[in-house]
Amino acid sequence: MTPLLQGKVSELPDRMFAWAMRLCGLAVVALLGLIVLELVQGSHLSWHAFGWKFFAHSDWDPVEESFGALAFIYGTIVSSIIALVIAVPLSVGVAVFITEMAPVWLKGVLSFTTDLLAAIPSVIYGLWAIFMLVPLLRNYIQPVLAATLGWTGLFSGPPYGIGMLAAGIILAIMVIPIISSITREVLSVVPQHQREGVLALGATRWEMIRMGVLRNARAGIVGGIILGLGRALGETMAVTMVIGNTPQIEKSLFAPADTMASVLANQFSEATGDLYLSALIEIGLALFLVTIVVNALARLMVWSVTRGQPSKAVA
Amino acid sequence: MASLQKPLPDMNSNSTMVTVPPVSLWRRAVDQIMTGVSVLTVILVLTPLVWIFGYLVYRGIGSINLAFFTQIPKPVGEVGGGMANAIVGSAVILTIASLLGVPLGIGAGIYLAEYGRNRYGDIVRFVSDVMNGVPSIVIGIVAYWLVVVRQKHFSALAGGVALAIMMVPTIARTTEQMLLLVPQAIREAAYGLGVSRWRTTLSITLRAATSGVITGCMLAFARIAGETAPLLFTTLGNQFWNWKLDQPTAALPLQIYEYAKSPFDEWHRLAWGGALVLIALIVGAVSAVRFVVRRGTLAGA
Repeated sequence: MTPLLQGKVSELPDRMFAWAMRLCGLAVVALLGLIVLELVQGSHLSWHAFGWKFFAHSDWDPVEESFGALAFIYGTIVSSIIALVIAVPLSVGVAVFITEMAPVWLKGVLSFTTDLLAAIPSVIYGLWAIFMLVPLLRNYIQPVLAATLGWTGLFSGPPYGIGMLAAGIILAIMVIPIISSITREVLSVVPQHQREGVLALGATRWEMIRMGVLRNARAGIVGGIILGLGRALGETMAVTMVIGNTPQIEKSLFAPADTMASVLANQFSEATGDLYLSALIEIGLALFLVTIVVNALARLMVWSVTRGQPSKAVA
Repeated sequence: MASLQKPLPDMNSNSTMVTVPPVSLWRRAVDQIMTGVSVLTVILVLTPLVWIFGYLVYRGIGSINLAFFTQIPKPVGEVGGGMANAIVGSAVILTIASLLGVPLGIGAGIYLAEYGRNRYGDIVRFVSDVMNGVPSIVIGIVAYWLVVVRQKHFSALAGGVALAIMMVPTIARTTEQMLLLVPQAIREAAYGLGVSRWRTTLSITLRAATSGVITGCMLAFARIAGETAPLLFTTLGNQFWNWKLDQPTAALPLQIYEYAKSPFDEWHRLAWGGALVLIALIVGAVSAVRFVVRRGTLAGA
């Protein structure tokens, strides 16, 4: 190894290094700028042809070159709502169990296994959903739902298995680790004396959790939920594999549908014609803008709770 | 709720000599029920995990043999074949992504930790957190527009660029956190010896945080290894061998997707085998990271 001390220290390499590192930092911001620029450039043709009307009707006809994104927006929103309805109670419950109830040895095991759910690639969720979830829905769950809740109109029509409901369920499984790990982090920064104070007033453990812990962590939990929503909105592969890829707006959750991300996955590489491609990129731009807003909101909310606390590694 | 069947102590009995007023039966019951509910949520969340892993191993083990790793896919209708070209293709794409993404990410991390403790640093920090949430399919569009359109054909390079863009924010943020864990005194000791700032950062601070920085890179790698969406219209996929960086290339996640959609049992078999190989790679990386983290991120300091 060469000795560190050799000759006198010159300032030039120091400045060059500082600027090189600043350049790397700048590159991150530039990347975001590049994404915006490319998307705006690419969608410019479709924006000129349709304007705001693009988001207001659900005609998607590549042959007639008439494009409207409403059905995809509807599919994205509804599948994400289904996902959150299922995932939020489950992930908050898991987080409460891990931070407040589980013995120490179980805590580590459970956090590791829920984090493992986050490490499974989207395409493998999709593979599992095609071969296990969809048949299960078609043969057992959908007939039962149709018989008991069919009158609501949400669960009617032929039980294909694939469709909005399957997409919502697979999305729920995928966002649970995100919401529960953020909730865990937020719950663990609630000061211990808060818990002790409520217990000393004679509260049971559940009352302590409800009044002393959950109430204090509200903003952070909502942040975690919004972060999960951001993931659900942009999730592509698993949804594409089970949603049925039919751009339509149907009340029944059994019906096949399509989302903004899945139409890109399905049609982008086969898009012929500049306007067709441009319309697809405009959907990408809309998806990008929505997820950026949702994520920025979520980050700010989580930061407002965990501020001053060293944030944990991403794992 | 099994816990409810356990007889609760009789709260109204006069014989108990408690000075504190007893907790009412109703409140106790609610406490027990909520404990039961939260145990139930844990079971409900663990069920799909166990189910997915179990079924994956069950279907995957059967399709993994020597041919799986040495042969390319056979045409429809023929039994056998493997995914050797997809495995090699994935390795090539991931190497390109790492070569581009890792240095840039570490550089941005050094900037954030050593030079970015100010307003500009906060902007970069916020942008990288937000970029983590950009849907991967959108990154795919950008790489398509950036590389595929200019080169005029789909290529391994375009896929590598897309995945590299996804790696940078993750690596930048973990590198920053790891560098900040290195005690200030170590930097000051180096300055005190007359070592210049850049040399201190590279040879002292970064070296002390090496294992943590590697952790961050492995996490980013595990995240992109299974990404399919950004590859759909950048590398496109290929049924045959391809050794050129500027030609469509097969990739493991893409192949799994194509085969899962197909109606052929033989291709389904290959899809499950591919999924098992992919998940083994990712879980291996994540577990290795866990192991390193538990041993202390500053083991080298």
